[in-house]
Amino acid sequence: MTLSTSQSVSITLKNIELSFGNTQVIKNVSLQIEKGEFFAFLGPSGCGKSTLLRLIAGFEQCQRGEVFLGDQEVSRLPPWKRDVGMVFQNYALWPHMTIRKNVSFGLEERKLPRSEIERRTNEALELVGLQDYAERRPNQLSGGQQQRVALARTIVIEPKVLLLDEPLSNLDAKLRIHMRQELLELQRKLSLTTIFVTHDQEEANTTADRIAVLKDGVVQQIGAPMELYDKPDNLFVAQFLGSANVLKGKVRQHGAEAIFDDGAGLQISLHSNAASGSKSLVLRPQNITLCNPDEAADLSGVILIREFLGIIVRYEIQVAQQRLIVDEVYGLGRTPAQVSETVGLKIDSGHIILMD
Amino acid sequence: MTATTHKTPAQTFLFILIALFLLSFLVIPVAKVFYVAFIDVHSGSLTLINFVDFFNTSLFRESFFNSLYVASMAVVMATCIALPLAYFTTRFEFKGGVIIQSLGFVPLIMPPFVGAVAMQLLFGENGSINLMLDEYFGFTIPFMDGLNGVIFVQSIHYFPFILINLSVSLNNIDRSMEESAQNLGSSGMRLFRRIVFPLAMPGYVAGASLVFLKVFDDLGTPLLLNVNNMLAPQAYLRISSIGIDDPMGYVIAVILVIFSLFAMWVASLALKGKEYSTAQKGGGGLAKRRMRRWEMIVAYSIVILILLAVLSPHLGLTLLSFGTIWSYSVLPDGFTPEHYVSIFSETPEFMVNTLIYASMAATIDIILGTAIAYLVLRSKIRFRHWIDYVAMASLAVPGLVLGIGYLRTFLGMSIPFGDQSLATWWVMLVIALSIRRLPYALRACTSALQQVSRSLEEASENLGANKSRTIYRIVLPLMSGGILAGFVTSFATAAVELSTTIMLVSSESDAPLSYGIYVYMQSAAGRGPGAALGMVAVVIVALGTYLSHRIIEKSRQQRSLENNHNQDLS
Repeated sequence: MTLSTSQSVSITLKNIELSFGNTQVIKNVSLQIEKGEFFAFLGPSGCGKSTLLRLIAGFEQCQRGEVFLGDQEVSRLPPWKRDVGMVFQNYALWPHMTIRKNVSFGLEERKLPRSEIERRTNEALELVGLQDYAERRPNQLSGGQQQRVALARTIVIEPKVLLLDEPLSNLDAKLRIHMRQELLELQRKLSLTTIFVTHDQEEANTTADRIAVLKDGVVQQIGAPMELYDKPDNLFVAQFLGSANVLKGKVRQHGAEAIFDDGAGLQISLHSNAASGSKSLVLRPQNITLCNPDEAADLSGVILIREFLGIIVRYEIQVAQQRLIVDEVYGLGRTPAQVSETVGLKIDSGHIILMD
Repeated sequence: MTATTHKTPAQTFLFILIALFLLSFLVIPVAKVFYVAFIDVHSGSLTLINFVDFFNTSLFRESFFNSLYVASMAVVMATCIALPLAYFTTRFEFKGGVIIQSLGFVPLIMPPFVGAVAMQLLFGENGSINLMLDEYFGFTIPFMDGLNGVIFVQSIHYFPFILINLSVSLNNIDRSMEESAQNLGSSGMRLFRRIVFPLAMPGYVAGASLVFLKVFDDLGTPLLLNVNNMLAPQAYLRISSIGIDDPMGYVIAVILVIFSLFAMWVASLALKGKEYSTAQKGGGGLAKRRMRRWEMIVAYSIVILILLAVLSPHLGLTLLSFGTIWSYSVLPDGFTPEHYVSIFSETPEFMVNTLIYASMAATIDIILGTAIAYLVLRSKIRFRHWIDYVAMASLAVPGLVLGIGYLRTFLGMSIPFGDQSLATWWVMLVIALSIRRLPYALRACTSALQQVSRSLEEASENLGANKSRTIYRIVLPLMSGGILAGFVTSFATAAVELSTTIMLVSSESDAPLSYGIYVYMQSAAGRGPGAALGMVAVVIVALGTYLSHRIIEKSRQQRSLENNHNQDLS
């Protein structure tokens, strides 16, 4: 592999604002992506993550703010002068060209000598394992193969950064996991600064070094996957990354300890000195365990729904006026609890997250 | 959606060029026509007096009502022809359904005025059918008597518009629509009335208004059948006999445009928000029922009768073109290839001119069509939609009106480096033809471009190709099928256009095929060669239609392969 990667650079967005007509799609976004980093934009549809990506590629122009690739400001450069490789959601392979022509296109546009075009095209095809498919047309390839052509076509020009717009969303579940790993391997091999847009938190968690969670054109939080999971800055982040029980109520002091009270009969001892006031309490389902109701349980409730998900059994439990989700690992030799059974709940207070 | 703001002076320049072209050759000529219609000849002030004069003249009143009557009756007749064909082939297991559907297109490959004279010989007072009826049954039917003839010829030529639209609507109704109605307890006539009929209605109305528009505006058929008490022939006769300053021709032109607009408005109203394409993947079409024996006999008899009538112009034209003398007899006296020899040896200029004019007009059309489609769909130019609207508006301008407009606008100007009037210069005819055919080419180009996914272009730009390189390497190759289909359609239809041609041709040496047919058909002796020329026209249009279907079909197949990427593990 001789595809050089030394040209990879960092990406800096400074105070980006973008509107379509009267709708503001990106609101004052600033972030810095390090050289060689695998970075994910994560958020629900319509949060602006794809727009942000297209903005870096030059397909959108921001009304305010600046985009830097390394030290170079590119905000006003047209797409064809940016040297930014982008893989489109639908791959956007040209149906009237062979795989080889698709891959060599960017090199031809750069007017490289023919011998070099051929060499680099072959290398790129080899890298994605499609050297035997070079003379075929895109429509003769499977989804996964098309995906690889799109990748080869992009990295062959040795871009400064790689942008992936939901690259796995058109693949079926099994293939998606496979391609995800392939992508990651390739990225590591080339150590190419990469942004990956997705609405799937699992995809983001498994691939990205860091994630920016977006909502309504605003960056909610940036951090490594586990950091976001353990220390979400707000309720949206907490709920978007994994399931969470969210309870609203007040914290009050009771003797030496603080107690959370939802005001409708549910009280949880916090075992810590949290400040009083209105709070939201976030509790991951796996941090609650079921026990006998008569044991020293923190709470007790009635099971409403039981779902068997394979590795875990998920319960929905009525506790006072709230419904709590509890996940238990399946297969510990325990018989799972039954619907309408009354059970006790133990709460792992070390994992309680309190928010204002 | 995209907020790209890269300034592209090339696009603006192109936009201005196209706008100027449309302004000079469509907007101004038509505006002139309207202007003259509303101006007092003597005082030059705005007035409605011309319209008052028009309706105070009994001949014009008669012509007006005749045109309305003929157009409406043609719609009724065309419906009578199209309805059984559409119904039998979509609702029943009907052997030969495909043949019927394709035969339904046959009339479209012959301009009505070409078949008119042949129809006269078959169905006229002394035509084959009536001679036989008279001999065996002792009575005759006035098929071709005056207005009847126009209605008969037009409905046979234009019923395919209804057939196609209606069949498409019926085929687009998903089986599940019918089945869920049955499931909820509806059946028989009730089901037809409440589900099938409403779902098929928009397609029918669209087809019917198109027929109305075509018949109302047509000049060639009444002229060739010598029916002059209709609007279009009156306008032509006023302008050609009294002169270009007579306001009555312009008044008629305005009326024609207004009715065209009205018919188009009805069609768009019918289709607005009702383009129900309910067909689901894998479903397709209503349930087809097997026919009982007697039903089958009745159905086939009706269909065969209709098809005979539909094919009669072609049959008649063939006979006429090969016949020696054909008068007061069922068939011509003898057969000879002489007429074909004579048109190729004596008047080859008709065919040569046609090839030149039609290919030039079609070339202009696809260049304009591609450029307009690109500007409208891909640029951010402020008023880009206007050139699209204006180009499409030429649909509402009958050929006759455009011809009058050109005469009025360009007669006073002379051609570059010459004395001839600009209006009757052959180049103006080419431009007029291209304006007339532009909407069709534009639609073909627009839909071709719509099928090119935006991301294919973005991928190209992303890999370093600028806008023009992207157009050259990605957009145009992917559009080529649609553009070619647009070219062929424009070519074939421009080759047989008569109503503009007849206004603008000044000398026979400059005249195209359609004009030649018209001239030949004026005299009894010229009918043979005229019919031979007509056959040439039919062959040109048939080939063109076939080719454009093939091209479209081929690119569609390619496209369906593209979308069909398997998602297996690789």
